[in-house]
Amino acid sequence: MERFIQVLVDGIATGSIYAALALALVFIFRSTGIVNFAQGEMAMFSTFVAWGLYEAGVPLALAVLTTLVLSFVAGMVIERGLIRHFEGGEVLTLVIVTLGLFILLNSLAGWIWGFGNRGFPSLFSDEAVTLGGVRLSIESLGIVAVLLAVVGLLFLLFQRTKIGLAMRAAALNPDASALVGVRVGNMLMLGWGLAAMLGALAGVLVAPRLFLDVNLMGAVLIYAFAAAALGGFDSAIGAVVGGWVIGVSENLAGTYVDFIGADLKILVPLAIIFVVLLVRPAGLFGTREVARA
Amino acid sequence: MNESRRRLLLLGGLAVVALLIPFLFGPYRVGQFTMVLVFAVAVLGLNLLIGYSGQISLGHGAFFALGAYTAALLIEKAGVPHLLSVPAAAAVCFAAGFLFGVPALRLHGLYLALVTLGLAIALPQLIKRFDGLTEGTQGLTVDQPAPPGWLPLADDQFIYLLILAVTALMFLLAWNLTRGQLGRAVKAVRDGEIAASTLGVDLAATKTKMFAVSAAYAGVAGALYVFAIAFVAPEAFTLAISFAFLAAIVVGGLATISGALFGALFIEFVPVYASDVNEALTGVVYGGVLIAFMWVLPEGAAGLPRRLSRLAPRRRTPNEQQEKRDGPRGGEWHDEEDADRLAGAAGRTGAGGVRT
Repeated sequence: MERFIQVLVDGIATGSIYAALALALVFIFRSTGIVNFAQGEMAMFSTFVAWGLYEAGVPLALAVLTTLVLSFVAGMVIERGLIRHFEGGEVLTLVIVTLGLFILLNSLAGWIWGFGNRGFPSLFSDEAVTLGGVRLSIESLGIVAVLLAVVGLLFLLFQRTKIGLAMRAAALNPDASALVGVRVGNMLMLGWGLAAMLGALAGVLVAPRLFLDVNLMGAVLIYAFAAAALGGFDSAIGAVVGGWVIGVSENLAGTYVDFIGADLKILVPLAIIFVVLLVRPAGLFGTREVARA
Repeated sequence: MNESRRRLLLLGGLAVVALLIPFLFGPYRVGQFTMVLVFAVAVLGLNLLIGYSGQISLGHGAFFALGAYTAALLIEKAGVPHLLSVPAAAAVCFAAGFLFGVPALRLHGLYLALVTLGLAIALPQLIKRFDGLTEGTQGLTVDQPAPPGWLPLADDQFIYLLILAVTALMFLLAWNLTRGQLGRAVKAVRDGEIAASTLGVDLAATKTKMFAVSAAYAGVAGALYVFAIAFVAPEAFTLAISFAFLAAIVVGGLATISGALFGALFIEFVPVYASDVNEALTGVVYGGVLIAFMWVLPEGAAGLPRRLSRLAPRRRTPNEQQEKRDGPRGGEWHDEEDADRLAGAAGRTGAGGVRT
């Protein structure tokens, strides 16, 4: 039982990381209708920047904060300089462009930092606390706390501030919002900035648990996709709930189903994506798509 | 000179060049050109899918790997003759593509991209997991086909010509396919799903069949890869190979036969020269090329053949002139076809598909 709870909490912690990246995907999907395939690689790149700063002697917390800000700016630059050109275009075009960005960032990171892997320090202490007879790692609890704090802040931003309102309006109906004076382009840019920042957060949270290398986010991206698909690609709450479900089921399956083990864990999100898209394509919390001739 | 005559001449010229290559170059170069042929088959298959049906797959490396392992295991462990392993790989991949396609192709283009990407990421893990069969990361060494005694050919020349023959056959089949019922139905679906379905095209079945055919092409390429390289290991089938196929298509141009060849040349030789500079340069070039091509061709890569057809003067039948007024769709595979025009006219407002 104790082991079960540990697996559960660990699952929720991992799931929180997936949720952060899934939230980034959802933001961009909601505002621009694009699934950003490069989201994971953007996060990996940010994580390398954080690592570089840390190696250069910057305290870890400061390095991470600086990275978050830089990622925010970089996300906006990518939207303004690259994606803006393709917005409103064909799905195929956008998929190829974001994939191009995926490959480009991956190779650039390899060029700059090499293809080897390295350790990344954790933001949290590696000790454990005992709660009700169960030993839980501080790191896991910390990750969950960070995600909850982020979700809270995002909620405040979108529901309680004028700029959040404008962002929601721009996503909902770009033309109408432009008519009432919302600068739709800037809102999209802001959305990409926020998404890049969320991705960077996911990156620095996951890197200590894996090894930091250029393929750090490959698998994580698939889990985040699964989370977003499960929750519904246009639902923020869905992304969080989806992330937790994916994280927990991945951990449970990896621990208790011998056949799956550590190697085949990656098949769990794939199976979930499949089932969700077939049974309920809009996801748990998403809105249904309607096709018109 | 009329169109078909010119095309025949071009094809003849290409055939002569292709046949001469093994006698003009040393074994190392011949090996590279052999790989070009192998890639061309896979790229052609992916092009049938993306260029024709407008469905995107980021996971064709997975089917390529499946075909390679099918052939390798059949040859090494079951003692099947080399040439028989090719149709076997095709059949296995066709079946796998079909099974994968049944659920996946009911999905919106974006989601299909997503699940196929997942497939490409998961596959190397699968190969490693079933190491009892696949030898895991160690890989499998496979005997290469050897020339029969009466043929005065070196090993590399024989393998090149063997693969050339299979490649030519696959191109011929593709050319035929696109002119047949499936090819027309697929194009109708691409140009307007709703319009096509009102004309009686079974959307899911058509897309699934095309996906399976495309997977079978990747499988054949995989089997040929085994002939050429004589070794399979999971590292050869990472995400990078799927991305390379995609880059090849974008560079070569969608829905063109010659595009598959050109794209294959690109993905064989760019890494060769790029890795001299830096091992990361290949990826930088691929990524840059994908973005740059999309940027220069704002209609998407599907606009490439259309653009070319606007540039290149060619004789048109009255029917084609009609089509030109409706919105030209050039490229050598994009002629005639009633279903095409019907769907095009009915679905002009554009519901899904690559072109709207």
